[in-house]
Amino acid sequence: MAIKAPALQAENLARGYGDRWALSGLNLELAQGRSLLLAGANGAGKTTTLRLLATTLQPSEGSLRVFGVDSRHDPMTVRRHIALLTHRTQLYNELTASENLQVSARLMGLRRDSNRIPALLERVGLSSRSNDRARSFSAGMRKRLAFARLLLQDPQIILLDEPYGQLDPEGFVFVDNLVAQLLEEGRTLVLSTHLLERASSMLDSGLLLCAGRMAWVGPAKDLPTAFAATVSS
Amino acid sequence: MNVLSQCWAVLAKDILLDLRGSSRLTAVLFFAMMTLLLFSFGSEPDPESMRRHAAGYLWLALLLSSVLALGESFRSEVEDEALEGLRLLPVDPRALFYGKALSNTLFLLVLATILLPLSLGLYGAEVRGSLTSLIGFIILGTAGLAAPGCLYAAMTSQARGQDVLLPLLLFPLVVPVLIACVKGTGLCLSGDAMGQASSLLSVVATFDLVYWSVCGLLFGKVIDE
Amino acid sequence: MKTRFHKEHIIGALGLAMLSYGSWMGLFVVPPMSHFQEVGRIFFIHVPTAWNSLLVLTGSFILAVGVLINRRAGWDAALTASVEVGVLYTVMLLVQGSIWARPTFNTWWTWDPRLLTAAILLVAFAGVLSLRSFAEGRDRRMVWTAAATIVAYVDVPIVYFIVNWLPRGIHQPHSFPSTVSSDYHTALRLNAFAMLFIAIWFIARRTRVILLQDAGTAMSAPPPAETGSDGKPMVAGVEG
Repeated sequence: MAIKAPALQAENLARGYGDRWALSGLNLELAQGRSLLLAGANGAGKTTTLRLLATTLQPSEGSLRVFGVDSRHDPMTVRRHIALLTHRTQLYNELTASENLQVSARLMGLRRDSNRIPALLERVGLSSRSNDRARSFSAGMRKRLAFARLLLQDPQIILLDEPYGQLDPEGFVFVDNLVAQLLEEGRTLVLSTHLLERASSMLDSGLLLCAGRMAWVGPAKDLPTAFAATVSS
Repeated sequence: MNVLSQCWAVLAKDILLDLRGSSRLTAVLFFAMMTLLLFSFGSEPDPESMRRHAAGYLWLALLLSSVLALGESFRSEVEDEALEGLRLLPVDPRALFYGKALSNTLFLLVLATILLPLSLGLYGAEVRGSLTSLIGFIILGTAGLAAPGCLYAAMTSQARGQDVLLPLLLFPLVVPVLIACVKGTGLCLSGDAMGQASSLLSVVATFDLVYWSVCGLLFGKVIDE
Repeated sequence: MKTRFHKEHIIGALGLAMLSYGSWMGLFVVPPMSHFQEVGRIFFIHVPTAWNSLLVLTGSFILAVGVLINRRAGWDAALTASVEVGVLYTVMLLVQGSIWARPTFNTWWTWDPRLLTAAILLVAFAGVLSLRSFAEGRDRRMVWTAAATIVAYVDVPIVYFIVNWLPRGIHQPHSFPSTVSSDYHTALRLNAFAMLFIAIWFIARRTRVILLQDAGTAMSAPPPAETGSDGKPMVAGVEG
């Protein structure tokens, strides 16, 4: 029986900037349907890790395989499986919420008049603002729109860089529900956040980064304790 | 999802953005008009000399405007890191390049269509030669500005000192287009007794062919991080 | 610390020696040529400079393609060095041309195909160097320098072709009377190779300097992966 390739497999992944290593020695093996909580102080390398996994950043060393496909050999295939939510929402300010999604849909080859878009906007709570330009949106609303685009992409692997950032408590619940649903649908998830207590109960594995190095691995539920230990030391 | 349909999608997106935030066209248009006026102030008010230089002034105005247009075109991509989002969808870098090059060519074409009658009126010139060739120069010339312009704009929009780098990089490169189009347009205006326009058109066409391919190949590497 | 002797100094010394001899020949030995005044003897350095500036820039084009293929720091340093030397030679070319033109044609500059091509070449490749200084990040700088070099170089034949459309300038055509002394050919060839050797010497020196400068800010290899309590490398995502 063939063993299915893990969704994400990183070996000694590293990325340098100028004269310092933002991340080095990352080993990762995440099977499909499992999730990883990524934690660490600011500047520890969480965003770098996520961008490397998303292939928007080229590694300086090491390799990355997505469902067995080497990301350097075939980046286009790899990217089809992955979606990344970052700090910058990557929206077109002059287009409306609806139009931003339509542009993405067209570029992905989806039929432009698919009625998924109104449903998605409904799901992220933006249907009342669907015809307003992204420029007029608050940070939290922009993030919700970015989520909508991510759902539109319907990827197997989802990378979330501080998804709770800039959201209000209602938004936190929205993210919780979304993450839970995505996991239920069997997708692979990597999530970085400072809200460790909140996230650790939802996710499987945990990784703690410290100054660009792996400091601790283990079950996600143990991560808050591990983090507290590093802070106090 | 093939490269061609993605290319059309990028083009459509750019057109939508331009229609939506209509400020780019009007701002660049007024800049170009001001440039045309400045040229006439900068030289003798001799009608004959103005008529002879009309082609040159037109193309210089287009060249200077292209730098503004290209810079703006990529600003919307870099503002919120939308370009990175596109790469991740994934959008084939070639589709990205050709889509943007086409949209910028279209923009410059619209600009040229307005500037041409304007400069004819301003400098007292008229089209005595072939109108078809004239249209050919306008289309091929704007395409020749757009392709390398997009390659360089993609780089400079992510670098410091972008406002001075883009013209510095672009201008020496498009000298062949400038020379051929100025001379060719001039012949179309004054009458092309020796039939030189067609060979000048083929020079610009060659330039376009070379640069639309070379820049298309290099674009993907240049936007990687 | 014993300083190593770099082999390129041999080439450089040879080049200088050849240049001295060739220039001496050009200045004093070769009989005066019918078209030119004495100042026309600058021809013996002007033409070699022209040939070599184009040669060096062709070399930089090849290096640029190589950099895009293999992304090696050494190639990038050599590329930058050759663009710099190409720019230097082009500046020299334009200065020499002006020195020749002034007493001969009573003008510092003329609208001539070759002069124009040289001037445009100068700005284009100076632009490549400017881009390099504005690019952030080593990989990006490498790729951008290479891309800009390729684009600028591909332009050269097109520029040359098109400026020939403009009205003929006063630049000398290539052909010269065949009844000249053999000293003339010798001096020319000598200087041509001399300038090439000097160019190679400059490029080698600059490449070393650039590599040293970059090495000062370069990263050492990243430390290997952390090991867990069982001594094996840590792998995230497996537990839990």
